[in-house]
Amino acid sequence: MSKKRIPFLNAAPVTEPAYIPTDEDFVFKENNDISIDKNFASQGYWKGVLVRFFKKKRPTLGLIIVLVIIILALFGPLISGYGNTEIISANVDGRQVTASSISPRVPWIHKLFTGEEYDDPFADHTFIFGTDTVGRDLFTRTCNGARISLLIAFVTIIIDMIIGMSYGLISGYFGGVADATMQRFVEIIYSVPRLVIVSVLATFMPKGVWLVIVALLLTEWIGMSKISRAEMMRMKDQECILASRTLGAKNGRIIFRDVLPNTIGPIITQVMFSIPTAIFTEAFLSFVGVGIVLPQCSVGSLIEDGFNNITTIPYQIIPPIIILALLMLGFNFIGDGLREALSPSIEDM
Amino acid sequence: MAKYILKRLGLAILTIFIITLVLFILVRIMPGNPFPSERMSAEQIAAKRLEMGLDDPIVVQFINYIKNIFVNGSFGKGSSLYNGVPIKSVLPACISNSFRIGGMAILFGTIVGLILGICAALNKNHFLDVFCTVISIIGVCVPSYVFMIYLQYFFSYKITIFPFYFDKNQFLLSAVLPAISLSLFSIATIARFTRNEMVEVMDSDYVLLAQAKGMHGAPLITKHILRNALIPIVTVLAPLIVDLLTGALVVEKIYGINGIGKLMVDAIAGEGIDYNYVLALGIIYSALYTAVMLVVDVVYGLLDPRIRVTAKRG
Repeated sequence: MSKKRIPFLNAAPVTEPAYIPTDEDFVFKENNDISIDKNFASQGYWKGVLVRFFKKKRPTLGLIIVLVIIILALFGPLISGYGNTEIISANVDGRQVTASSISPRVPWIHKLFTGEEYDDPFADHTFIFGTDTVGRDLFTRTCNGARISLLIAFVTIIIDMIIGMSYGLISGYFGGVADATMQRFVEIIYSVPRLVIVSVLATFMPKGVWLVIVALLLTEWIGMSKISRAEMMRMKDQECILASRTLGAKNGRIIFRDVLPNTIGPIITQVMFSIPTAIFTEAFLSFVGVGIVLPQCSVGSLIEDGFNNITTIPYQIIPPIIILALLMLGFNFIGDGLREALSPSIEDM
Repeated sequence: MAKYILKRLGLAILTIFIITLVLFILVRIMPGNPFPSERMSAEQIAAKRLEMGLDDPIVVQFINYIKNIFVNGSFGKGSSLYNGVPIKSVLPACISNSFRIGGMAILFGTIVGLILGICAALNKNHFLDVFCTVISIIGVCVPSYVFMIYLQYFFSYKITIFPFYFDKNQFLLSAVLPAISLSLFSIATIARFTRNEMVEVMDSDYVLLAQAKGMHGAPLITKHILRNALIPIVTVLAPLIVDLLTGALVVEKIYGINGIGKLMVDAIAGEGIDYNYVLALGIIYSALYTAVMLVVDVVYGLLDPRIRVTAKRG
């Protein structure tokens, strides 16, 4: 490149030959030479959300915790090799001995530290969390319990999301009398404590998984409907909706194709906060005795089982409690992280 | 303001009425027999149905039920289906037990939570702040009954400081453990909320102005920051109070407290479902819930003039 000198008025005239452009100055840049601004690059909305989500420690930690528990819940029983309801027993001199109330044991670690082997019929068995009073492996049961708790939470919350979102969007979109009626209905349901709903359900439904699921279905959608209604109120007067209507879009299209994708962020956050509530409620119901029925198990029923034997085997209650606490922690962290990532404040940018 | 309160009161009463109606109809029309048919003969069941008025039209039944609540405070001809104990005779003691323990828990929780939250906000990003965060995470993640189990295990079983089960003759001593375990969730919520509110207020312009005018220390915190930061806490307190009544369920079951929670658990998880108890307790719970919400809304309106203005407009 040439360097042009600016002649100063009061300086002595400098004689320099005029610059004669050469052919090289008129060559097109190769693609390789064109650089893109990587420091201030524009990025898609969801990519930005991902970046902001993983930039913070807590949400990442929460995600890792939840993933580890999901993997354990799916593959834990395969590792241990016992069945969920299998009562482990051994044949000693023609007698059946069940492995009841055995403390946590891993034979090779025991051998490593003491140099000896266990001197009972289950010397070669591995029980990471021990066994319960009946003789079932607690590790397998904890994994299965976590699986059932997670399954109930996910299924119900997703159905709740669909119900709540549709309800809130429709209520917000039509406004007027429809909105007022629908909101009164929500208020009335909202002012019935969940416990009352569960107990009335318990009068005619058999105890078990379905009772928990229906109870959750009846209560959890309200939060979602409130959020999506608020989003709809915010969205519906914007120009894009007006444009869509001008182009002849029907109500259904505006509600579900135009507005819904824009409300998905807050809804996902709400889902992340609802899942721990669902797990908590399930644990509570199972603890009280109207949830999961034996021999199936969930986190809550395992805690109840541990509580019943706390004076004899105090460690039995610990694994399900830790799983429950970690699940709550993980989902709360993810929820917090998502909320911040979806609606970034200026400080985070 | 009076008009606003009256309107809210009317709505609350209407809500309770509708809930009562729906619960009543649900319990009455549900399939299934309220009596254990394998233990009672057909004649016995018929006699019992006649005694409880189950053969009347449902409208008549409902009117009688409502009349009974107001005339003599009994919930229908309600008595336990299993041991014949009338609801009216057990209810006052249960409600007073639950309320005293729940009240202690909410008092303790609010005070400790506020202190923790304020300390954390004043020492932002310091040791105390981290401590407060850890406490609130634990409090939110671990259910209250787990705390109850462990407190009971250590302080009543390993070291016998407190009675192992609830004993109404030593009320104060035996209320300590359940009150502490119930309050942990409220401590966590209130501490976190107070901290966030205070940090937000401390960053606001009017606090900067007050500081620029030369205010600092205690007067700044109590007169300027806390006044504004504490108002929204009333909204968190409302669900907490209600939750303490319902959350006390399991704690009451574990510690053997004769409260409405234990009554409810026994009614739904006992040897069979006790329809009369479920209906009566359901109505009581909903009424409590609505009443607490109403009080909170009104108190909030009194505390914060901005709410009053919008309420008038709307």
